[in-house]
Amino acid sequence: MKKVFKHLVSTVVPVNIENVDTDQIIPARFLKATTREGFGENLFRDWRYDANNQPKPDFILNDPTYQGEILVAGKNFGCGSSREHAAWAIADAGFKVVVSSFFADIFKGNALNNFLLTVQVSEDFLAKIFAAVKADPAAKIEVDLESQYIKIVASGEQEGFDINPYKKACLINGYDDIDYILSLKEDIARYEKSREFNF
Amino acid sequence: MGKTLVDKIWDNHVVVSKAGFPDVLYINTHFIHEVTSPQAFDGLRRRGLPVFRTGKTHATADHNVPTLDQHLPIKEALSRHQVEMLSTNTAEFGVELYGLGHPYQGIVHVIGPELGITLPGMTIVCGDSHTSTHGAFGAIAFGIGTSEVEEVLATQCILQYRPKRMKIEINGQLKKGVLSKDIILYIIAQISAAGGTGYFVEFAGEAIRSLSMEARMTICNMSIEMGARGGLIAPDDTTFAYIKGREFAPKGANWDKALAYWKTLYSDSDAQFDKVLTYDAANIEPMITYGTNPGMGIGITQHIPVVEALDEKEKVSFKKSLEYMDLQPGAGLLGKKVDYVFIGSCTNSRIEDLRLVAEFVKGKKKANDITVWIVPGSKQVEAQAKAEGLHEVFEAAGFHLREPGCSACLGMNEDKIPAGMYCISTSNRNFEGRQGPNARTFLASPLTAAVAAITGQVTDVREWL
Repeated sequence: MKKVFKHLVSTVVPVNIENVDTDQIIPARFLKATTREGFGENLFRDWRYDANNQPKPDFILNDPTYQGEILVAGKNFGCGSSREHAAWAIADAGFKVVVSSFFADIFKGNALNNFLLTVQVSEDFLAKIFAAVKADPAAKIEVDLESQYIKIVASGEQEGFDINPYKKACLINGYDDIDYILSLKEDIARYEKSREFNF
Repeated sequence: MGKTLVDKIWDNHVVVSKAGFPDVLYINTHFIHEVTSPQAFDGLRRRGLPVFRTGKTHATADHNVPTLDQHLPIKEALSRHQVEMLSTNTAEFGVELYGLGHPYQGIVHVIGPELGITLPGMTIVCGDSHTSTHGAFGAIAFGIGTSEVEEVLATQCILQYRPKRMKIEINGQLKKGVLSKDIILYIIAQISAAGGTGYFVEFAGEAIRSLSMEARMTICNMSIEMGARGGLIAPDDTTFAYIKGREFAPKGANWDKALAYWKTLYSDSDAQFDKVLTYDAANIEPMITYGTNPGMGIGITQHIPVVEALDEKEKVSFKKSLEYMDLQPGAGLLGKKVDYVFIGSCTNSRIEDLRLVAEFVKGKKKANDITVWIVPGSKQVEAQAKAEGLHEVFEAAGFHLREPGCSACLGMNEDKIPAGMYCISTSNRNFEGRQGPNARTFLASPLTAAVAAITGQVTDVREWL
């Protein structure tokens, strides 16, 4: 099945923590799989479970009040390691969108390459989403990629977000980077010939 | 108008540049390791594609490997499987592997430079964020995800938007006991763990120029810890002298040609940067981190900030961080008892690091209840250390020189710091659980780590020099 992302209306899971690094999203000891599947169960592993593998009741992912396909987190989300396993874990756990006021570069690229949309909002709008979900855990958020906006459904408050046009087209149409570059093979060959030696 | 160094290298690698699309950038060198490559090879198989330019990818096993008894099979089944998969995949696709037992094996960011694979003016990628290390040679080097590893294996190219340019100048001279690790921890403490996001950072200034190549690698290595895409330093005579004669470095007429090109690799005097930061080396003291991101660092004689001094939005994360570390706001760290010392990782495991530590601990004994792990970055570093007798100095002090690998930097292999324990570490990340579940990390320089190994506590190394 070809993956695409266009539009989503969903409740959200709020993780109101800044600088969530990829070691929190998926600790290194769970990076040993050699396929892309199954990382979701270890998403935020050490925040979700104690040393005896018992769920920690105070962590939001263990609170059944909060469900949904949108993860909302504090600024500088995804900093640290380049492990794409972080994006795989979030997607595998059922999320389709991550919202934050700031994303680390490599994480953002990895997420988009996996059709997991990163939506960067202003600090103010992020605070509004957290407030709306705190007031009503069933509050819905709408994300529209075509028109590039995110909306708090109940209040109608919305904000536009940026995404590079190439990646937007990839997400909407299910395009793939490798297919695109392979279509340029003649250019690559020409480039290689133009370099006497390769640097 | 003149060009920055990043733009010079970038422009020389653009295969296709189309409006509305990211640039197609040619990649000269691709390093792979066992953790982030298996799914990429799987992807090639699914697509029925070969590795496009096999000679431009170099593989090693580092993250999962034990650092004792490497001649025996890896005990942990999943780690063993991942390392075996790397052997299978590289054999099937025709990629050179410096695996366990090979004299070139080691941490990917240590072996590239020491083998002369890493050269000025190159574009270098690896499925590892610390690929920024190679920028020390005046290369565009950055970490990528596994989908991009597959992309580079399949096409030798990557899609990238041109980054913003930042220049960080460190003027003046470093004081005694202050190392390049302290420079980079100082910069990150100043601009935060996100302060470099979106930028490629060129490090410049007298203090940077006076550093050895290995010290420069430490700085570029941690540029990712301020969120930067990469860091780089214009090559100079120090760079050229380091490269000359190394295994894969250009030789003879090729060397002359390469050298002539490398000498053009600097930012023009009228080049425009999007941001310029300037610091005075004399203001930098030995640094240590107290929190759970590398931006949470202080001079070793300073105190942890008080909550009231912080921005409202930062307070929650700050408190969470100190709770994890079991430290009090406003407290100093000098005299804090330490349980482990880890000297290693792609940040500080090179021969100069080991020499510095050996020189410091020579004739001294480690503290009683402290565990010290010294892990060389590669088989070549290990061999050199032994040839110089450093292992005997370590043994006499009560340490043991282990075998190369990522070791306790990331709690993925057997070397983990136990829960609740404090470790002074020369690695690059102090994230929660990074060195093992509930392990507590103080990032510092090899000298600050070495003195703690002797005293058993956080100590100002300057008082010992």
